[in-house]
Amino acid sequence: MASQTTDTGTDIITVDHLKKTFGELTAVNDVSFSVRRGEIFAFLGPNGAGKTTTIKMLTTLLRPTSGSIRLNGHDPLHDQDAVRKSFGIVFQDPSLDDELTAWENLELHGVLYSVPKALRRERMEQLLEIVGLSDRKNDITRHFSGGMKRRLEIARGLLHHPKVLFLDEPTIGLDPQTRNHLWNYVGELNRKEGITVFLTTHYMEEADKVATRIAVIDHGKIVGQGSSQELKTQTNTQSLEDAFLALTGNAIREEEASSADGMRQMAQMWRGKRR
Amino acid sequence: MFPIIYILWLRQIKRYIRSRSRIVGSLGQPLLFLLALGFGFGPTFEKAGGGDYFQFLVSGVVAMSILFTAMFSGIEIIWDRQFGFLKETLVAPVSRLTIMVGRTLGGATVATLQGCIVLVLAVIFGFRTELTLTLLLAPVFMFLIALLFTALGTAVACKLEDMQGFQLIMNFLIMPLFFLSGALFPLDSAPVALIWIARFDPLSYGVDGLRGALIGASHFGIAADFGILIVVTAVLLWIGSVLFKSIEA
Repeated sequence: MASQTTDTGTDIITVDHLKKTFGELTAVNDVSFSVRRGEIFAFLGPNGAGKTTTIKMLTTLLRPTSGSIRLNGHDPLHDQDAVRKSFGIVFQDPSLDDELTAWENLELHGVLYSVPKALRRERMEQLLEIVGLSDRKNDITRHFSGGMKRRLEIARGLLHHPKVLFLDEPTIGLDPQTRNHLWNYVGELNRKEGITVFLTTHYMEEADKVATRIAVIDHGKIVGQGSSQELKTQTNTQSLEDAFLALTGNAIREEEASSADGMRQMAQMWRGKRR
Repeated sequence: MFPIIYILWLRQIKRYIRSRSRIVGSLGQPLLFLLALGFGFGPTFEKAGGGDYFQFLVSGVVAMSILFTAMFSGIEIIWDRQFGFLKETLVAPVSRLTIMVGRTLGGATVATLQGCIVLVLAVIFGFRTELTLTLLLAPVFMFLIALLFTALGTAVACKLEDMQGFQLIMNFLIMPLFFLSGALFPLDSAPVALIWIARFDPLSYGVDGLRGALIGASHFGIAADFGILIVVTAVLLWIGSVLFKSIEA
């Protein structure tokens, strides 16, 4: 059910002079890069560098202040639905409905993306099998562990057979076993199905291992681009972590507490009160 | 479009049915109003020549539980927004209007169900009504109240970043809507100023219409109630959908 590809060459994502300001703050400042069809592209940067803002613009959740984007040949500003059909996304924060079962979460996604019923059911069974959740499909997702939720979200992101899979810090808070399992699976998907993967992570060794190409963003600007080896050569360093630090400096970044942190507290009170 | 509206509607219903403790919990307040006020004020009300207060109060308390449930359903968008599920719907290749319609119908259905439960409880505690054709209008009014306030809750939620403003809404919107609506007192004998205030409160027409349908006593007239509710609901749905379209995650 993926949308028709209007192939314009080897690049599946092109970003040109992209800019996003929130009042005084420039979150993304004149960013340009491209992602090739079929590659695993890592987008790295310290906290508050503009990674998530960029992903939100690529995925139609935010409107750019200026600049242009093309994803799978479509413009997220003017051809939202075509772009939305082209990608699947696993958000930084979980986005499952935690009062629905695993099966119902997938079903809802399939209906939202108009995947025909028979095909939908077939893929749902398959994907649950692949992420190892078949025996838990009728359980409410609230009781799932972080790793299980992530796996289910990945299955959900793939249900409509997207061309690009966005993974925004997918391994945060996961144990090494689950992380390893997840990256193996993503790598396999990329090789077998040719799905382009766009990921962000704070774990340099993960990026080093899985990504074909890497872009480093800091203060809203791209400060380095290329393969892991190229970045190391550029900065004259031995590891990607050192290269990253050489590009972005050693200063620790202040990030404002997101309103979600406050909300979590409220939610606990609220739920405690209402249930 | 319709399968999408249906599945979003179904989601709300499932969430409602699964949170049994929430259903039971939210019955406490209407029950208190019904029993404490209904039986407490009953004799005084009767002495003053107002008739049976309990019979009078039921429509108000049913409307109250619908108001609360509907507003919360609308405001739940903030929740979905903070905890991510809203993003899942916003990146889907579906128009915002479709999403909003599905959610709002779901929320309104849930609120109507909640109102039905309160009504059944009222019957258990002694509420009696004549079985006439106008009784069929009761569910219509209940659903209209539910729809109107789910749309209002949605519109309000689109303008709120997080739950910080929730207390404000509770105290300066929901409570006044309820207390100034004639849910608890008859508008017929209220001071003129209060009647005028009630005229600007959409819940007044909901309560009044429901009361007309249930016990045949209405202040504005059922037809006027119905017309005004329809118009206000349509306007709020429109405002809600405009605001919902502008949400950026």
